[in-house]
Amino acid sequence: MNFDMSAFAIASPEVFLLAALCTVLLMDLWVAKGAPLITYLATQLALWATALLVLGKSFNSEGAFITGLGGMYIVDGLGDILKISILLISSLTFAYSRKYLREQNMWRGEFFVLGMAAILGMMIMISGYNLLVLYLGLELLALSMYALVAMQRDNSNASEAAMKYFVLGAIASGLLLYGISMLYGMSGSLNIIDLKAYFQAQAGLHTNILFLFSMTFIVAGIAFKFGAVPFHMWVPDVYQGAPTAVTLFLGSAPKIAAFALLIRLLADGLGAGQSSWSQMLMLLGLLSIVMGNLMAIAQTSLKRMFAYSTIAHMGFVLLGVLVGTEDGYSAAMFYTIIYALMSAGGFAVLILLGNRMSDPDNLDCLRGLNDRHPWYAFIMLLIFFSMAGIPPTAGFYAKLSVIKVVMGEGYLLVALTMVVMSVVGAFYYLRAIKLMYFDEPEESTPIVAEVDFQVLFSFNGLLMVILGVFPGVLMGICSIAVSTSNL
Amino acid sequence: MSDWPILSFLIWLPVLGGIAVLMLGDRAGAREGALIFAVLTFLSSLVLLGYDSKSGEMAYTQSIPWINAFGIEINYMLGVDGISIPLILLNTFTTVIVVLAGWEVIQYKVAQYMAAFLIMEGIVNGVFVAMDSMLFYIFFEAMLIPMFLIIGVWGGPDRIYATIKFFLYTFLGSVFLLISLIYLYSKSGGSFTLTDLYALELPIEAQMLVFFSFLLAFGVKIPMWPVHTWLPDAHVEAPTGGSVILAAITLKVGGYAFLRIALPIVNDAALQMDWLVIGLSLFAVIYIGFVALVQDDMKKLVAYSSIAHMGFVTLGLFLIFRLQATYLGGDGSTSAVMAMQGSMVQMVSHGFISAAMFLCIGVLYDRMHTREIKAYGGVAGRMPWFAAFFVLFAMANAGLPGTSGFVGEFLVILATAKANIWIAGLAGLTLIIGAAYTLWLVRRVLYGKVTSSEVDQLQDLNRREFMILGTLAIVVLWLGLWPHPLTNMMEASLANLLEVTAPLSELGAKGAVK
Repeated sequence: MNFDMSAFAIASPEVFLLAALCTVLLMDLWVAKGAPLITYLATQLALWATALLVLGKSFNSEGAFITGLGGMYIVDGLGDILKISILLISSLTFAYSRKYLREQNMWRGEFFVLGMAAILGMMIMISGYNLLVLYLGLELLALSMYALVAMQRDNSNASEAAMKYFVLGAIASGLLLYGISMLYGMSGSLNIIDLKAYFQAQAGLHTNILFLFSMTFIVAGIAFKFGAVPFHMWVPDVYQGAPTAVTLFLGSAPKIAAFALLIRLLADGLGAGQSSWSQMLMLLGLLSIVMGNLMAIAQTSLKRMFAYSTIAHMGFVLLGVLVGTEDGYSAAMFYTIIYALMSAGGFAVLILLGNRMSDPDNLDCLRGLNDRHPWYAFIMLLIFFSMAGIPPTAGFYAKLSVIKVVMGEGYLLVALTMVVMSVVGAFYYLRAIKLMYFDEPEESTPIVAEVDFQVLFSFNGLLMVILGVFPGVLMGICSIAVSTSNL
Repeated sequence: MSDWPILSFLIWLPVLGGIAVLMLGDRAGAREGALIFAVLTFLSSLVLLGYDSKSGEMAYTQSIPWINAFGIEINYMLGVDGISIPLILLNTFTTVIVVLAGWEVIQYKVAQYMAAFLIMEGIVNGVFVAMDSMLFYIFFEAMLIPMFLIIGVWGGPDRIYATIKFFLYTFLGSVFLLISLIYLYSKSGGSFTLTDLYALELPIEAQMLVFFSFLLAFGVKIPMWPVHTWLPDAHVEAPTGGSVILAAITLKVGGYAFLRIALPIVNDAALQMDWLVIGLSLFAVIYIGFVALVQDDMKKLVAYSSIAHMGFVTLGLFLIFRLQATYLGGDGSTSAVMAMQGSMVQMVSHGFISAAMFLCIGVLYDRMHTREIKAYGGVAGRMPWFAAFFVLFAMANAGLPGTSGFVGEFLVILATAKANIWIAGLAGLTLIIGAAYTLWLVRRVLYGKVTSSEVDQLQDLNRREFMILGTLAIVVLWLGLWPHPLTNMMEASLANLLEVTAPLSELGAKGAVK
C-alpha cells in the first residue's frame, strides 16, 4: 500500500486544527509571553477557520457522503453539522472561560491547547469510520479532558475529580475496546462499512450470543461517555471538582461527540442489531431520566444539579436514538445541540457570578439575581425554562421531537415516564428561578463582565427563545444532515 | 381589511409592548408605556366586533406552515369565531384594568410587573385564536411563565409555596395533554389542525384515555374539584392584579379548552362520561359553596366562589348530550345551545365580577394590609362609594337578576331543568349558598360596628379606583340587563360546534336516547 499524502485531503479541517494547535502551543511559549491574550485570540481564530473549512468542504460534497483513507474516514452532512456545532460551541465556551481563567489565576496557554486537542479528538470521533479511528478520537478527547480537569494541581477536589474521571474513563475505554475486539473477531474487519455489510447478512442476530455480548460492552462504553445511569457516577463528582471553565467545556461539546459515536457505532455499524440495542438504550435512557431528575432535586450545589440534569437530558437523547429511524436520529441530534447550548449558558452564569475572591458553586449564589442585575436574571430565566422544556423555549421542541418519535414507535409508557419526569425536573429548575427572582440577594458586589461575555451570554439566552419561535430552521438542518448520511 | 392579520397583531403587539416596557426599565414612563400598549391592544381587539355572527364560521383566519421536520408538522393557524371573540375582548379589557390597578400600588420593579401582564395578555390571546392544537398547547403552557413570576415576585408571604404549587399542578395536568395531542396527531395522519382532529373517528377505548387526559389538563386549569387546591393558595398569595388575571382570564382558558378541544374531539367519550363531569360540577357548586362560607380570608372566599361558579360552566357544557338525547328531534339543539350559551355568559360575566371583587379586596388591602374578614366591620360608614360598588358586585356574584351573574346561571339552570329536574334542583342550591356567603361577607365587612381605629380612618375611593370599579359596574349591569349582543354573537358558532360535537343523527345511532 503506497502512502499518498493527498489522501489526507478528506481530513483537511482536522489536519488544519492539528497544525493550528501546534502553532498556538509554540506561540504561547514565545510570542505570547507578555500578552496572554494572543493565545486566546489565536485559538478562537483557529476554531473559526476550522469551522469555515468544514463548511467549505460540505458545499463540495453536494449532499452525498464520501469516505477516504481506505474507508476509515467519512465526511457527510451529519458530520459536518456536528463538527460546526462543536467548533462554535467550543468557541463560545472558551470565550466564557476567559473571565474565569483570569480571575482564578489559571490563565495558562495549556488550557486552550488541551481544549483544541479535545476538539480534534471530537472531530475524529465524528468522522471516524473505523473502530480504531473512533477509539483514537475518543482517547484523544478523554486524555485532554483528564488533564484539563486536573489543571489546578494544588486543588485537592480537582485532583480527586481527575483521578476518578481517569480511572472510570479507563475502565469504560477498556469495555469499549473489548467489545470492539469481539466485533473484529466475528467480522474480520474494523471498518464500519464492512461491519454493517457483515451483520446485515447475518440471520438471527438477536439470538447470536457473541454479538449480544460484544454489543453489551460497546453500549456500556458509550453509556459511560454519555453519563447515562448506571454509568453516571463520575458525572456529578467531575462536574463539581473540575474548575468551572473546564466543567463548562466538558458539559457541552463532548456530548455532541458522544452522540456522533453512538450514531456511527450503533445506528450505522450495528444497525442490523437495532432491535437488540434499542432495548438496552431504553433501559439506560429511562433510568437516566428518572434518576437524574430525582437526584437533582436533592442537590445544593449548582454544578451537581446541572450534572444530574445532564444525566436526565442524556436519557432523552438515548431514547430518541433507540427508535432507529431517521426522524429519531434527527430528533436526538436536535436535542443534543440544544442541550449543549443550554448547558453552556447554565455554567456561564457561575463564571459570571464569580470574581477574584470567589468561585461560586452553591445554588445560593443565584439568590436575588433579579435585584442585582435584572438582565442576567432574565437570560438565566430563559435558559432554565428551556432546560425544563416549557414553551416557547427551544428545550420544549427538543423534548417534543423526542417524545413524538418515541410515541410514533408505540412506546406509550416510555413517553409517559418522560413527561412525568419532566414535571419532576421542572421543580428544581423552578427552585433556581425562585432563588433568582423571589429571594433577596445575599451580596451586593456588582457583577462585572467584559462586553464580549455580556454579548455572548445574552445571545446564548435569547437563542433559547429565537430557536423557540423559529425552531424549524435548526430542525430542518438536523433532518437534512441525518438523511444525507450513510445510515 | 381582511388582509390585515389582526389576530397575529393581537398576540404580538402586547408581547412586543411588554418587551419594550421591560427595556425601558423602572424609569418613569413604564406605567404610561404599559397603559398605551394595553389600550392599543384593547382598541384593536374591538375590530373583532365586526365579526359576522350570523354565519358562526371562523373569521380573520391566517395559516402559515411553521414547523415541518422529524415528521412533526405544526401550522401557525389562527382564527376566531363567536366563542373566542368575547373571551378575547374580556382579556384585552381586563389587562387595561390590571395595568391601571397596579398604577400606584406596585412600587417594586414596576416595569417587570407591567411587562409580565402585557406578555400574559398576548399569550392568552394566542390561546383563544390558535386553530392548531399544538400551537394551542404552546400558548397554553407559555401562560405559566408570566403567572409564575407575577405570583412569586409580587405576591404575599407564602408566595413561593403557592406559585410553585400552581406551576407544577398545571404543568402536570398539561403534560398528559401533550401526550394526547401527539397520539391524536399520529391517528389523524399527521395533522394537529383542530378541524382535522374533529373529524377523527377513534375507538371508544382510545377516546376514553384521551378524554381523561383532557379532563385532567383542563380540569386543573378551570379548576374542578378535586384538583382545585392550587387556586385558593395562588389567589391568596398573588398580588391584586395577579388574582384578577387568574380569576378573570386563566380560568376561562380551561372552560374554553373544554368547549373547543375536549368536547368536539372526543365526543363519544364525553357522551359516555358526562355523568362524571356533571357530578363533579354539582359537587363543586354545592360543596365548594359551603367551603366558601367558612373562609375567614376575603380572597380565599372569592377564590372558592370562583370554583363554584366554574362548576356551572362545566355543568352547562356537559349537559348538551343529555339535552340532545332527551329532546331528540325536538328542540334539543336549542336547549343544548342555550346550555352552552349559559356557560359562556357565565365565563364572561364571572370574568368581570371576579375581577371587580378582587379589585375591591385590593382596595381594602392597600389601606389596611390585611384580608382577614375579622379585621373589618363598619366600612360602609367610612367608605360609602366603595360600599356601594362592593354591594353591587357581591350581588352580581350571588346571581342577582339585573346583573350579569344572573344571566349565565339562569340559562344553565333553565337548560338543566329541561334535562333533569333533580340536577336542576341541586344546581339551583347555588342561588342560596352563593347568596349566603356573599351577603354574609358583605355584612361582616361593610356593616356592623367600626372594629378598629384603622377602619375608622379609612379613606374612600380615589378617582382612579372609582373609575376602574365604575367601568366594571357599567359592564356588569349592561350584560345583566341586555345580554343579547353577547348571546347573539356566540349563538351560531355554538350551534356549529354542537353539530360537530353531538350530532342528532349519531346520538340516535349510538343508543344514547333515554
